[in-house]
Amino acid sequence: MTSIAPLLEVERLTIRFRHSEPVRDLSFRVHPGETVALVGESGSGKSLTALALMGLLPRGARAGAARLAFDGDDLRGLDLCAWRGVRGRQIAMVFQEPMTSLNPVLTVGRQITEAVRHHEGLSARAARVRAVELLDLVRIADPHRRVDDYPHRLSGGMRQRVMIAIAVACRPKLLIADEPTTALDVTIQAQVLDLLDQLRRDLSMGLILITHDLGVVGQWADRVVVMYAGGKVEEAQADALFGGPLHPYTRGLLAASPQIEGGRTYHDGPLREIPGSIASAAGEPGCGFAPRCAYVRPACRLAPPAVTEAAPGWLVACPVTRAQPQEASRVATGSL
Amino acid sequence: MSLPAIAQRPGRGRWGVVRGPEVLGAPAATPPAAGSYRAVRVFFRNPAGVLALLFLALVAAVSLAAPWIYPDDPLSMVARPFLWPGHSWDYPLGTDSLGRDVAAGLVWGGRISLAVGFAAMGLGVTVGVIVGALGGYFGGRVDDALQRVTDIIQTMPSFVLLVVLVAIVQPSVQSVTAGIAIVTWPTVARLVRAEFRSLREKDFVMAARALGFGHARVILREILPNALPPLIVTASVLVASAILMESALSFLGLSDPNVVSWGSMIGSGREVLRTAWYLSAIPGVAIVLSVLALNLIGDALNDAFNPHAATGA
Repeated sequence: MTSIAPLLEVERLTIRFRHSEPVRDLSFRVHPGETVALVGESGSGKSLTALALMGLLPRGARAGAARLAFDGDDLRGLDLCAWRGVRGRQIAMVFQEPMTSLNPVLTVGRQITEAVRHHEGLSARAARVRAVELLDLVRIADPHRRVDDYPHRLSGGMRQRVMIAIAVACRPKLLIADEPTTALDVTIQAQVLDLLDQLRRDLSMGLILITHDLGVVGQWADRVVVMYAGGKVEEAQADALFGGPLHPYTRGLLAASPQIEGGRTYHDGPLREIPGSIASAAGEPGCGFAPRCAYVRPACRLAPPAVTEAAPGWLVACPVTRAQPQEASRVATGSL
Repeated sequence: MSLPAIAQRPGRGRWGVVRGPEVLGAPAATPPAAGSYRAVRVFFRNPAGVLALLFLALVAAVSLAAPWIYPDDPLSMVARPFLWPGHSWDYPLGTDSLGRDVAAGLVWGGRISLAVGFAAMGLGVTVGVIVGALGGYFGGRVDDALQRVTDIIQTMPSFVLLVVLVAIVQPSVQSVTAGIAIVTWPTVARLVRAEFRSLREKDFVMAARALGFGHARVILREILPNALPPLIVTASVLVASAILMESALSFLGLSDPNVVSWGSMIGSGREVLRTAWYLSAIPGVAIVLSVLALNLIGDALNDAFNPHAATGA
């Protein structure tokens, strides 16, 4: 399990604004070639975490961490110049909105080559060849023609492919995809995620997939980090998590998603919602999920529950789950 | 090994697997031909704008050709004074109170008026863009400091400030140009700052920063091209207002005494306005038409760059 050195190590990452702490003590690791999904609802701190990894936090936000290492190098305290060497080259990012993430006044080819020329100093002609290759790599039909198109001539799915081409242009070791398919319809979503998965394997990148779509997680992620109100509530291999979630929040999430089971589809299958909203976690000294939790214990409201290892590689921050460790370990080992 | 085998993933069977259709070969929908030249085409569909552009091009061509059309100094006295237009074929627009050729003055004056207009615009836009871009992009203290400077200049009546500035230093083409630029750059700075403030929040700016681009590159390559349309429109109007300011200064006698400009021609015709009104009217018409042309060009550019404006009319 720990034989390979992790590509990215995040330990106790905390992001503070003046009056709030949207991310608290978040720890996770990404290994080379692995897809880790950060799952959580809106406001759980997923995107902020991604921005913190790129050193692109909004003004007024401060990040602190016990350890924030990429490929063995400490990312904490990097100055602007050092960050520029990391961004795009080592860690690249694909954003949620393909419609607005491309510069409307530059051609697609120009935007792809810009990154390559900036980081690798290629000549204009070599960069253009590379741009066509990259467009081909992300499976855009007719790349020779498309390379001279402006973004408004491309559909949403194609724009997201272009964004991915730009992101992988410098062969980063880690790709962060922040809800890459939220703005796309379902068939395009599958294409884009298949593409990301393919590129991850071909270029042996680590991939952080930020999403709130459990279907996406189930199909494409190797490991899942479930976030709630800025903290990690559960982390497990995707199979194990879907086989038997431990944390009450994860269980609620899975129960609230359409599942194909027993011949039922989301048309007639039951969908159970989690009562309350994530806003109730604000200012809670204990577990952020306590106000919405059906199994809440008095101790939960006093201090955040410790993260414990329910099974090898399966971390959960909930005392309630310790009642059934046997089942947990059975599911966990059975799926690996 | 932390990477699980791809083969069988038992826990996920009940989670629907979505497969996308293969994209290669699928005909890509091509929107109606529209490229970067859309704005140019819309501009040339506007008859007023095209006419204005042609007129301005004619004025510029005649002004540039002045040394060949009238090789002599336009300030030299060539004939008897107060020769009315049309009385002599040699002096089609007549002569002024000192016997100087009005046509020669008009042609040479166009040189100065246009040169001052465009140079002042260039200078004002350059300073305004730098100040506005830095303030709008970085915000915070940089913005505060630059905004205060802008505010100070904007609180003063611009023409009074211009008169004072030009009166302090000796009036010359350079000092008039610089003075006009000093009173006009805050307008540009405000516009550019507003554009940058909204553009810097755009996703593509964040995406550019995520690619490791530095501030200079983001400002110049990513944001500035997007802020150009309103800037170009403003610039065309600024040329017009600079020509007017230069004329007004010349009319007040605050111009380089060694060169002739349209404003100084009006100024020298002022004393004989009732007896020889053509001396003020002819350069006046030149100013009116040029300024009108620049404003029409500005309007046409505005329509051309504005995607919401009707493209047919």
